[in-house]
Amino acid sequence: MFVKRFFKGGTNVPHYKNTANCETVKMGVPEKVIIPMIQHIGAPCEPCVQKGDTVKVGQIIGDSGKFISAPVHSSVSGTVVGVAPMLQSGGFYVPAVEIETDGKQEVYEGIKPPKYSNIKEFIEAIRQSGLVGLGGAGFPAHVKLSPPPDKKIDTLVINGAECEPFITSDYREIIENSWNVISGINIVMEILNINNVIIGIEDNKPEAIEVMERIDKSSDKISVVKLKSRYPQGAEKMLIYATTRRKVPAGKLPADVGVIVMNVNSVSFISEYVKTGMPLIKKRVTVDGPSVKNPGNVEVLIGTPIHKVFDFCGGFTVPPKKVLMGGPMMGLAQYSLDLSVVKHTNALLAFDDKSSKIPESGACIRCGRCVWACPMNLMPLCLYNNAIKENIDELNKYHVNDCIECGCCSYVCPAKINLVQSLRLGKAKVKQAAAAKGGK
Amino acid sequence: MEDRLTVSSSPHIRDKANTQRIMIDVVIALLPATFAGVYFFGTRVLLVVMVSILSCVVSEYLSRRIMKRSNTISDFSAVVTGLLLALNLPPTVPLWVAAVGSAIAIVVIKQLFGGLGQNFVNPALGARIILMISYPGFMTNWVKPGVDAVSAAASGVDAISSATPLQIMKYGASIADLPSYGELFWGNIMGCLGETSAAALLIGAVYLFARKIISPEIPFAFIGTTALFTWIFGGTTLFTGDFLFHVLAGGLLLGAIYMATDYATSPMTVKGRIIMGIGCGLLTGIIRLFTNYTEGVSFAIVLMNIMVPLIDRYTIPKSFGGEKAVA
Repeated sequence: MFVKRFFKGGTNVPHYKNTANCETVKMGVPEKVIIPMIQHIGAPCEPCVQKGDTVKVGQIIGDSGKFISAPVHSSVSGTVVGVAPMLQSGGFYVPAVEIETDGKQEVYEGIKPPKYSNIKEFIEAIRQSGLVGLGGAGFPAHVKLSPPPDKKIDTLVINGAECEPFITSDYREIIENSWNVISGINIVMEILNINNVIIGIEDNKPEAIEVMERIDKSSDKISVVKLKSRYPQGAEKMLIYATTRRKVPAGKLPADVGVIVMNVNSVSFISEYVKTGMPLIKKRVTVDGPSVKNPGNVEVLIGTPIHKVFDFCGGFTVPPKKVLMGGPMMGLAQYSLDLSVVKHTNALLAFDDKSSKIPESGACIRCGRCVWACPMNLMPLCLYNNAIKENIDELNKYHVNDCIECGCCSYVCPAKINLVQSLRLGKAKVKQAAAAKGGK
Repeated sequence: MEDRLTVSSSPHIRDKANTQRIMIDVVIALLPATFAGVYFFGTRVLLVVMVSILSCVVSEYLSRRIMKRSNTISDFSAVVTGLLLALNLPPTVPLWVAAVGSAIAIVVIKQLFGGLGQNFVNPALGARIILMISYPGFMTNWVKPGVDAVSAAASGVDAISSATPLQIMKYGASIADLPSYGELFWGNIMGCLGETSAAALLIGAVYLFARKIISPEIPFAFIGTTALFTWIFGGTTLFTGDFLFHVLAGGLLLGAIYMATDYATSPMTVKGRIIMGIGCGLLTGIIRLFTNYTEGVSFAIVLMNIMVPLIDRYTIPKSFGGEKAVA
């Protein structure tokens, strides 16, 4: 079982995996953490602490009654000094809990290894852990692990593709905590009664493949698949196709083809959590970019302000002009260094003046490169034309909602047109129009 | 304000490829054909090329300026149009005809329809057809390779006028007058100054494929269809046509590799491109064999150019895991 596999479309991006050999360094406790109440896809949490409360490590400080949500825990021990709305880089306000740390890192009394004897209890335990997809999207893990009863899940795909440039956080997990990765896989396999596990890793990480291969030999249920390094190999639908040759139908979920996809960091966390009961309060973050003095992998407490993490890495060589949370292909540009590291932050990248210039868009020459590059087989330039004209019918005809926003179209465009940006706009317009129609 | 961070939409890195580089690549790919033209028809060819390019660039600059639009001559697309038009002219063409044609290509066909990427037919071909209708004499005044085109031009329109291989094939007295495949391949024949040497055009094609500037669907479908059509219907009985002759003679290679693949006027999907290529091939075959014209590549491409929006409309691809859209 050692084949190179790929999907259609995509593009070759530079790897910039400068930090691949940087062992994870633990960062200390900052004086203050700010923990936003939304760190996942879904409903925001309601803060359940007030100004003046003392909190301990692992204590729940925010939760939601909604199914698609995940509780938020304190990553430190200390005193709540404020609960106030905070502007997130996604462009919306959510309440954030500000905690002044006492440095003692006292663990909350309620922390103990979870007990479960069936799927239902296991999934509740996972919910309590606050786990979200650690690959970057932040989809609540307990939702992912509870497919509708009529969907039979037969395959677990483990995402170690890490196709975004710069980021090495998944890679370091495989190298440093391979045993946790594999025991996490076994836990999920057992509880969900899955007999087929495929670990997909891009071929630019031979050491990671080697480590996983060794473990692969221990079980005939687990196999490692070497994937061609091609962006966006780690996108859920592309990864499922590359590893299982199954196509997730448009608008459907992996469960519809019997697959659950989990990031290596997510399964590794599950293993750790089952042992200790400590919820998700820390994250390995790749800190890199032309502006960073000492790039590396840092284990950061959730809620740590971004500037503290950069300080920990020796600060900046030149003042950054653009700071990203996530990779350069899909990461979110941050408006301030005071924002915090959240659960699904896998990288913090700082770019200097030169590398953060936004290229000027020219006229579309209809070269078709965006069409070849689109892994979803869409025609980005037609979507672009219709998005700027807000032509809802045409947007639907060109399948705007199938766009996964990977950014390949914008990346390859020789005229430097902001294609994916306009496609996001198109998706929003379609949603708006549908809502208006439904409202009538 | 100085230390504010830039907030922009992802992706935050871009590929190095840009429009200018693509256009320069096309110019590089056309250089062998240009030099072949100079080799066979003399240094006057260079003058025609230079006048065409200059006229295109000046027209682009002035028309953009008059329309109060941004200056776009640095994208090199006008240079490509000028060069392509020049390669589609007879070696004896008066320089003012080349200049007028270039101005028509840029102003009328390209800029009046919105500029780069918006033209509905290939500008160089559109201009060539207008020139052929306006100045049929100048546009069909062929010379033998090796004959000095300057003196040919000076000595009057019909002085050395002779027939192209396709004309000999269609109206010639004897098959013996036809050039050999070797002459056709190397370019030692009469014709437009850039279309005669198949060898030079193929070198450029290899470069374009290697640089991934063009994809193979249109050239292969176009040339293949023309070959098949002329093989079936080109002879005295069915399936006896001299298809190799039809591939090498006339403007087929120049058209199929460099003109039909023009981004703005060709479909974007693989399926659409194959349809475009087959359509061009069929029309070329029909015009060459069943009309009074000896050459049909220009008309075929321009007719298919007009079909492109329709082809695009009916070839919207199925999205990954999606249902096919109803057009």
